[in-house]
Amino acid sequence: MSAGFVLDAVVAALLVAVATGAIAARTAFAAVVAFVAYGLVLALAWVRLAAVDVALTEAAVGALTGVLLLAAAARLRPSEAAAESELPSAGLRAAAALLCAVVAAGLAAVVLAAAEPAPTLAPLAAQQLPATDLGNPVTAALLAWRAIDTLLEKVVLLAGLLGVWSLAPDRLWGGRPGAALRARGAAPRDGALGLLARLLPPIGIVVGVYLVWTAADHPGGAFQGSTILAAMWVLARMAGFVDAPAVSDRRLRAALVAGPLAFFAVGLLGFAWADGFLAYPDGWAKPLIVAIEVPMTISVAATLALLLAGPPARGPESRG
Amino acid sequence: MSLALDAFTVAAVAAGACFFLAGTAGLLRFPDPLSRLHALTKADNLGLGLIVLGLLPQADGVLAGAKLIAVWGLAQLAGTAVTQLLARAARRGEGPA
Repeated sequence: MSAGFVLDAVVAALLVAVATGAIAARTAFAAVVAFVAYGLVLALAWVRLAAVDVALTEAAVGALTGVLLLAAAARLRPSEAAAESELPSAGLRAAAALLCAVVAAGLAAVVLAAAEPAPTLAPLAAQQLPATDLGNPVTAALLAWRAIDTLLEKVVLLAGLLGVWSLAPDRLWGGRPGAALRARGAAPRDGALGLLARLLPPIGIVVGVYLVWTAADHPGGAFQGSTILAAMWVLARMAGFVDAPAVSDRRLRAALVAGPLAFFAVGLLGFAWADGFLAYPDGWAKPLIVAIEVPMTISVAATLALLLAGPPARGPESRG
Repeated sequence: MSLALDAFTVAAVAAGACFFLAGTAGLLRFPDPLSRLHALTKADNLGLGLIVLGLLPQADGVLAGAKLIAVWGLAQLAGTAVTQLLARAARRGEGPA
């Protein structure tokens, strides 16, 4: 029994324990805390499976959903006791438990009964990698072979933001998201938060840009980098150094759609200079992927930051 | 020489793990939020610090070592700031205590 096996067993046991904790938790807050811990352990599990790209994504998504869920739990707290008293009937709960058990057993059967060796496209992907001038096969899969998935995923993210914005009352439409974190003209926060918001963003911005750039050859990517960039903006906003722009701001909207637009443009040009939608001409794959990734990073970072900021809660500038 | 460095790694990482264990015990057993935070910071500062110190001889070159130290430095910065914020919230009686 090697040390690696022991570590894997500990990680797997922790995963099950934290997942159980998230489901069995009495309050929404405790469930969210367990879920965030679950995300961290899951990222560790991906590292153990040598899928560092997935681990980075899991860590980024986990941090993001953790913040969103914590905010939701805080909002639900006043009504939580009432919701608790309206537990569904024992029969319904038993049916739900049975259904979950069947799904879990089915998934387990599929995983355990997989053909040996599992059918894989990995050798084909590795063989075609030189054609893209990329060193990281994950980036090649995301932006060359399965680019359509990536494109649609970014459009879905934008649709999510529109969903959040649509929660704003009519009179506040076009205004700034979230509550004002400090009065106009007041000094930014001092103390621990102010210090952190001064020291961390310069480092975070470099790390975020690096993650995007290095994705060509190493684990990283536009999404992971964008998450860090968005987090730096959120930190500066919490400390009162910056305010969220009004959702009617044209520059903001341009930043939000720049990535998907660049992606669509490159995709459509594929009809003219290559074999079809999202096809890259020979030798041009890498520059075109960079041309997609840079605006995409800006768009995803802006979308994530505004998702966290919430729906417009203050009127447009003209009406104060 | 290599044996001495390995022994140093084992000793330092084990000491760091002890701080994590003590910090976790404190987190679970201490009665009030400020004491629990106090226990946590020991794990963050000394525990992680000793583990990084222990891993330095095993690092693959100067750059890898610098990265380890940077990880510790960033954890220090974030941990300290977040502890301050939590402590302030706890004193105001906000949040689930």
